[in-house]
Amino acid sequence: MEALFASAVGAMTAAGVYLLLQARTFPVVVGISFLSYAVNLFLFATGRLVNGAPPVIDAGAAVYADPLPQALVLTAIVISFAMTAILVVLALRGFLESGDDQVAAGRLGSDGKGEGP
Amino acid sequence: MLLSAIVILPFAAALLIPVIARAGAGASLCLGGLSTVMALVALLAQAPLVFQDGLVVERHAWVPKAGLDLAFFVDPLGLLMAGLILVIGLLVMIYARFYFGPKEAFGRFMARLALFQGSMLGIVIADNLLLLVIFWEMTSLSSFLLIGYWSHRADSRRGARNALVITSAGGLALLASALLIGHVAGTFQLTTILGQPDVVAQSALYLPILILVLFGCFTKSAQLPFQFWLPGAMAAPTPVSAYLHSATMVKAGLFLMARLWPILAGSEAWFLIVTTVGLLTMVVGAWIAIFKTDLKAILAYSTVSHLGMIAMLLGLGTKLAAVAAIFHLLNHALFKAALFLSAGIVEHETGTRDINRLGGLWRAMPITATLSTLAALAMAGVPLLNGFLSKEMMLEAAVHADYLGVAWLVPLLATVGSAFSVLYAFRFVGRVFFMGSGRPPGELAHDPGPGLWLPVACLIIPVVAIGVMPGLVAQDLVAQAGSAIIGEDPPVFELAIWHGWTQAFQLTLVAMVAGLLGLWVLRWLERLHAGLWHPSGEQIFGKLLDAGSCVVAWLTGRLQNGSLQFYLAVFCLTGLALGITAFWGGDLSAGTRPLMPLSPLGIIGWLVVLAASGFAVVAHQNRLLALIAAGLAGLMVALAFVAFSAPDLALTQLSVEVVTVVLLLLALNYLPKTTPRLRPLRRFGVNAPIALLAGAGVGAALYALLRRDVNSISAFYTAMALPAGGGANVVNVILVDFRGYDTLGEITVLAIAALVIYSLLQSALRGAAARRLTEWPSSAQAGDSHPLLLVVLTRLLLPMALLVGLYIFLRGHQAPGGGFIAGLIVGIALILQYMASGYAWASRRLPTDYHGLVAVGVLVALLTGSVAMLVGRPFLTGGFMHLHLPYLGSIELASATAFDLGVFLTVVGVVLLVLAGLSRMARLAEPSGETGPLTIALDRGENQPHRRTEDVGHAPIFGSSFARDAADPTAKEPD
Repeated sequence: MEALFASAVGAMTAAGVYLLLQARTFPVVVGISFLSYAVNLFLFATGRLVNGAPPVIDAGAAVYADPLPQALVLTAIVISFAMTAILVVLALRGFLESGDDQVAAGRLGSDGKGEGP
Repeated sequence: MLLSAIVILPFAAALLIPVIARAGAGASLCLGGLSTVMALVALLAQAPLVFQDGLVVERHAWVPKAGLDLAFFVDPLGLLMAGLILVIGLLVMIYARFYFGPKEAFGRFMARLALFQGSMLGIVIADNLLLLVIFWEMTSLSSFLLIGYWSHRADSRRGARNALVITSAGGLALLASALLIGHVAGTFQLTTILGQPDVVAQSALYLPILILVLFGCFTKSAQLPFQFWLPGAMAAPTPVSAYLHSATMVKAGLFLMARLWPILAGSEAWFLIVTTVGLLTMVVGAWIAIFKTDLKAILAYSTVSHLGMIAMLLGLGTKLAAVAAIFHLLNHALFKAALFLSAGIVEHETGTRDINRLGGLWRAMPITATLSTLAALAMAGVPLLNGFLSKEMMLEAAVHADYLGVAWLVPLLATVGSAFSVLYAFRFVGRVFFMGSGRPPGELAHDPGPGLWLPVACLIIPVVAIGVMPGLVAQDLVAQAGSAIIGEDPPVFELAIWHGWTQAFQLTLVAMVAGLLGLWVLRWLERLHAGLWHPSGEQIFGKLLDAGSCVVAWLTGRLQNGSLQFYLAVFCLTGLALGITAFWGGDLSAGTRPLMPLSPLGIIGWLVVLAASGFAVVAHQNRLLALIAAGLAGLMVALAFVAFSAPDLALTQLSVEVVTVVLLLLALNYLPKTTPRLRPLRRFGVNAPIALLAGAGVGAALYALLRRDVNSISAFYTAMALPAGGGANVVNVILVDFRGYDTLGEITVLAIAALVIYSLLQSALRGAAARRLTEWPSSAQAGDSHPLLLVVLTRLLLPMALLVGLYIFLRGHQAPGGGFIAGLIVGIALILQYMASGYAWASRRLPTDYHGLVAVGVLVALLTGSVAMLVGRPFLTGGFMHLHLPYLGSIELASATAFDLGVFLTVVGVVLLVLAGLSRMARLAEPSGETGPLTIALDRGENQPHRRTEDVGHAPIFGSSFARDAADPTAKEPD
């Protein structure tokens, strides 16, 4: 089971990174989603995989899953939603302002000097 | 308490003055003056004790682990310096009140001046090297603010910038030296360090320490080659120049050299560096001062020259020279402040500082002329004034100096410097007050009111008093301050006007005569000077800065080329490189943790994830398909959480997934639906290997992790959840109780994100974005924008969903659920109304200022946490109790529930703020969206015309009569 879990996380990472490197905004957002899944699962798995032992105190239970990574990941899921939302709205706003959804701006490069003396 | 009060008072004034500045310049002056007088009283109250014991100390711990204490001490040297800072500060404040016109923001000036005053006092009485460095940096900053006071002037800004760059570079060096000294001495306490001078002097780090300290001091005290910032700083208002850039701040470097004299002076390196730099600065500064025509420039270069002279005296390393240094420091502060203030009066009255346009002012301004002349004669070193005494002492010290076996070099250069100073001092008063016959600028000039000349007179009194009765006025103070520098009793010396026909007196005479002869041949000297090469330190520095910013601009242009793709590729590659490095250097053995058996459902989930990931990559050009693939993967993630004992996470993931997909769908509505293929092969060739490597790396790392056993602190939380947190759901107890602080931070992040989105969407309703939206082609719409089934179902579901949300919220502490999940569920239930019935319909029935809801949520969490502080427990300490109620059974009241309520409200607010905001944008693009379907006739009867327009609005879908009929049955239901 561990191998399946790890390879699934790896697959989602690969898909996320690949989409992240695209030139348009929307694939980047979808890529971020994939990457978030992978990262959250990774964090969650640092508590190791346990079957049927939720961290809810119960007189009959002898073993509990690690609650700490779960608490971390719970907030991470909500925050990654907020970050996705910011990205999407930025992408949307950028497209509406410029009519273009490329992620590469024109070169700011050499004439982008600071203020002269 | 008295010592810290000396420092705190000016800072308090700096804080309060802006508050009362509206009450007028007088109020600001009163406050600043009052704090200065009180600090002076506190200082003088220590004086008897200081002269008796040599030292008064006060210590408060601040950051003990870093060795940083709020420690102050006053010895005679500190007393002298602090006295100068306070007295001259008071005079400058009074002067400034009358110097500035009524339109100037005097309160702002006073606040900055008070800030500077406090910092400067901190330097001279700090008993902790780190504290001293902090105050040192604060003088650099406040000096920057004061030089740039007239921020509309380019020269002010340039002068302020140069001063800041130079002096704070020195400050960094000083910090480094303080750390080194602390390392060597084992303490940052100055009194202890000074008490064991050999520890530093004989350490292997002596030379680095020396060079760093001197770099800091030379930059601050404008020694060559850093002298140019000081004339540049003359763009400041004249009271600032008088106070900071002649009397006090530039003395900070010399003060520190004097302070550290016992541990640093006496070595060959100290002598060579300090004496050489001091001598050169003295001669070069004086030479330049001769040829300047701007009054303040003359005084600035003369200040540079005098600072060089004092540095040279400290560098000589003999005890007498050290005494001479502190004596001249005192004298120079007095007469130079007086001269600056006089120059300010001249400019104030005539409107110019150019000595070529001035002349013969003594008739029009007798008082100013008298005071200036006395100060200038003191600067020239004329007998019966204080400058004569310290200059003679300087020459006496110089006579005994032996520079690398050359006995005549130091006396010669010292005499040359003195002669130059005689020359520029006489030229200064001569050209302004006596020569010429009062050309145009002088015609209307007259002596100013006493507000301007009295402060000058107050400075001249000690100049004359010390000059006439040195033994009575200055002998004890100078002897005590001298012994404080040296660390033991000073050599026997006597301040007197006549010491006999000594070598020093002869050299004084030579300098005086040479200076007067120089006046005779001034025209010839000016021609000589014009023919010489004179490099401008300011220009060279400016070129260096320009070159630096060119390099930086080039580098930034290379790295920050504006392409997100490039950045992310660099990011991923860096991550890969780090991972590969760790891989090769790490333990590659297989883990020992037993594997879990395969389950059929697990295999199916795995296949779905793989398929979804692959599909998203292959089909990403079709954005809708990519989104569906992502949603599918998200659902599988939720299932994985179910399978591996994380019910809370599964619930959260599921609801977040819904919200995210809705969000992306809404956004996709106004984005291109497909991604065009751009240079696919080249991109693919780069991106695919990166992605595959990243995926393989993460997968391998995770597998390795899962095969190893874990040893974490989690058992503690599991064990303590029920007894200490009162909840059975450990995850929720961790979130709202054990790690409540983290959660508070996280909902704050959420709130900030929501505000960012709110402002981005709000401002999109104007400008180019709004135009593009209104012109949005409405062809791509569904045939039915408000499907009847969806509308009816969502309205039916709303109360149930709210109830489920409430249930999930309340049980969260004991069973899977809690504020986050409940917030998401309620958010979804409400957002469905927007989706199904349109923004206009929903926003009329729901509160629309969700940013207020977000704020309330964060505040509730914050207040819950603060309640604990009221009862004397740390912030966010939880408490709980069980209530037994009839019929309802046992109900647990936990502070954590209130905290969770804050989380809940924030999450609801965030979800609605984002999604409702997005659907609000749709109104611009789809005017038909203004009206909802199945309009409930809330306003039937009293507002008939309004309803009619609504009905017409969705006519294309249902036809108005049908809509009205259809509306009726549901009208009673949801509201």
